[in-house]
Amino acid sequence: MAKRVGLEVSVAVGDAAKLADVDVVAAYPITPQTHIVEHLAELVANGELRAAYIPVESEHSAMSACLGASAVGARTFTATASQGLELMHEVLYVASALRLPIVMAVVNRALSAPISIWCDHSDAMAVRDSGWIQMFVENGQEAVDNVICAFRIGEDRRVLLPVMIHLDGFSLSHVIEPIILPEQSEVARFLPPYDPPLPLDPEKPVTVGAFAPPFIYTEVKWAQEMTLEGAKEVILECWREFANTFGRHYSPVESYRTEGAKVLLMTMGSLSETAMVAVDKMRDEGKEVGLIKLRLWRPFPFAELRQAVRDAEVLIVLDRALSFGGPGGPVCSEVKAALYREARRPEVVGFVGGLGGRDISMADFEEMVNQGIKLAEAGSEREFEIFGVRE
Amino acid sequence: MMETMAVHGPGIITEEEPFTPGHRACSGCGEALSVRLAAKAIGNNAIIVNATGCMEVVASPFPHTSWRIPWIHTLFENTAAVASGAEAGLRALVKKGKRPEKNVKVVALAGDGGTSDIGLQALSGALERGHDLVYICLDNEAYMNTGIQRSSATPFGASTTTSPAGRESLGQVTWKKNLPAIAVAHDIPYVATACPSYHRDLMKKVAKALEVKGPAYIHVLSVCPVGWRCATEDTIKVGRLAVRTGVFPLYEVENGQYKLSLTLTKLEPVDSYLKLQGRFRHLTEDTIKIIQERVNREYAKLVEMASKSSPSG
Amino acid sequence: MAKAKVKPKAKAEGELSWKEIEIGCFITEPGNATEFRTGAWRSRKPVVDFSKCNKCTLCYYYCPDGCIAKTPEGYFVADLFYCKGCGICAEECPKDAITMVEEEK
Repeated sequence: MAKRVGLEVSVAVGDAAKLADVDVVAAYPITPQTHIVEHLAELVANGELRAAYIPVESEHSAMSACLGASAVGARTFTATASQGLELMHEVLYVASALRLPIVMAVVNRALSAPISIWCDHSDAMAVRDSGWIQMFVENGQEAVDNVICAFRIGEDRRVLLPVMIHLDGFSLSHVIEPIILPEQSEVARFLPPYDPPLPLDPEKPVTVGAFAPPFIYTEVKWAQEMTLEGAKEVILECWREFANTFGRHYSPVESYRTEGAKVLLMTMGSLSETAMVAVDKMRDEGKEVGLIKLRLWRPFPFAELRQAVRDAEVLIVLDRALSFGGPGGPVCSEVKAALYREARRPEVVGFVGGLGGRDISMADFEEMVNQGIKLAEAGSEREFEIFGVRE
Repeated sequence: MMETMAVHGPGIITEEEPFTPGHRACSGCGEALSVRLAAKAIGNNAIIVNATGCMEVVASPFPHTSWRIPWIHTLFENTAAVASGAEAGLRALVKKGKRPEKNVKVVALAGDGGTSDIGLQALSGALERGHDLVYICLDNEAYMNTGIQRSSATPFGASTTTSPAGRESLGQVTWKKNLPAIAVAHDIPYVATACPSYHRDLMKKVAKALEVKGPAYIHVLSVCPVGWRCATEDTIKVGRLAVRTGVFPLYEVENGQYKLSLTLTKLEPVDSYLKLQGRFRHLTEDTIKIIQERVNREYAKLVEMASKSSPSG
Repeated sequence: MAKAKVKPKAKAEGELSWKEIEIGCFITEPGNATEFRTGAWRSRKPVVDFSKCNKCTLCYYYCPDGCIAKTPEGYFVADLFYCKGCGICAEECPKDAITMVEEEK
């Protein structure tokens, strides 16, 4: 049986890729992703992981090398953060469009300038239209489990799409947590080998990445969209199977103490743990407050979200990214859009906070709830609020 | 036909055309000819990684493909990186018993812009890491696919749409970047220059590059009648003159040892090469003299490097 | 060289629905560009005088379109389905056996 051990989360993520028996890792170092790829390089060097480790000269080449490896049929993993993800930007679209199920750990970090090595979700949000499956995890166990799930989901013949697992930089990636690493044999049973339908192979030549005239481009893109939307069913199926095998449950939208809650907080990533403690305290004080944690970001879980928030009066969404000149944080604006047609829906208040590693404490969440309730009642001229900025 | 087509070296050239007719390259395209000849030398046991550019567009307008062998195009600047991944992926799969060992070769194709400008970093990375692949630069000396814009491979004096000749300018004011020398500086086992006007030499070099363990780089001068403003029937002649004038010498560098592919006792004057091309039409005698002196100097350096190299290579 | 094998298509490519496209828009018929007639671009065509041809193969090698094939008698002729009329074969023929002739409108 697998045992619970104390592990740095980054190391555990590397171990998860090893448990998936990846064939190729192509990566370029960037803080705070480094411990993941250092660990993988070490596993390869020691012969504990039989894979090719390609120490590329940039993130652009990291993702490009992943394209080549995945296209010949290799199970492929990489990890990056922040500027690295941005440098990959155009390559990400190719990975999803060519239906290459690469798995990437994104250790969320703020974008320059000014340079910041600390966490927010600007990097993840900037690639939300790239056609990847994107999910956020809040602790090391979730990271390990979902890296393994990511391969099964992405490589499923009904999906064949790349997957990003988002974990917060430093506040999650660098902490040591008790984590259960599944046995290799268990993972091998859960995760079938990668068997791409049309790999690059002289035995059966295919042309990949052809030039698409206007008469076909729309159809190609719609096929991609239908696949990404349809991937949700496969994700749910994978998580059900994971729960049956390993006993840990995941869902696209997770609710914490939402029974009878008039006010709901909504978070993503590692701050959810602090938010849970804040909710506990407010519940102890008799306040009817609950927490919604958005795990699946792409494909966006519309039905699950509507169901989860329908009975609340106020929904307070915390974004860790700014969409400059836009309607507020990306999560809040998408949540609002998802609820637009609902006859019964909560008043939605958006906060942007936790930028560039700024901590959001338990007291901050309480303050956000108090402010959010007032704003919901009184209304605001602003589309969103910035949390904790000094005047 | 088989006998007459056998070239020296390990490859045997057959009538097969892995790069098929029906491609949409312009009439008289030297680059399409380079690809066709290279493909004949490559054969069927390879995967082609193609950069964005003329050869990508003309070979793959959906639903058609001119490739009979596996081919992938992704982006402009990342060809060497995609090829690195494909090569490493194949190697890992073979090692793990997930694919049979069939010695499948990965061959990257990119233009001069995709190689010497936007793709230089990825190329340097792939060469430095020592991937077992062949990289072929199809050099037509400008961004032809987007409409004849200058690149760092555009020669001095050439008029392009972004280095136009005018009252204040003689066209391109910089000398052609020496990509083969940059490849050589990576200390890779095989570097060569080629030109389809010397078709057997080109095919022989591609066949040789395929046999090399590690990175091989071949720089192929490919005449573009549209961009060079020459007659379509002159493609071969212009390429031949590029070689015979010393503007584009043919040579190999095996493990750092230079070897000229062709012995030219006397260089033909560069004017004979320049005058066939509209892109040089505006050049004055003084400018042509500057070009001639530069060519003489560069060619002499090459001859000296070849003479210093050990004959065994 | 193999002559174009034009396979009748169930549907023109411009009528394909999104469900009918191969995954990732891959093309799974290798070399199917042979069904595309580039010969339509031509304004002049090569005409060979076999009495002058010495079967040197240069025209075969120098054709950017790979459209020149060997006849049973060992001569070389361009496949006009593909020939774009560039004139390289005529220009390079060491025996002047090939002449470019204007296509009649």
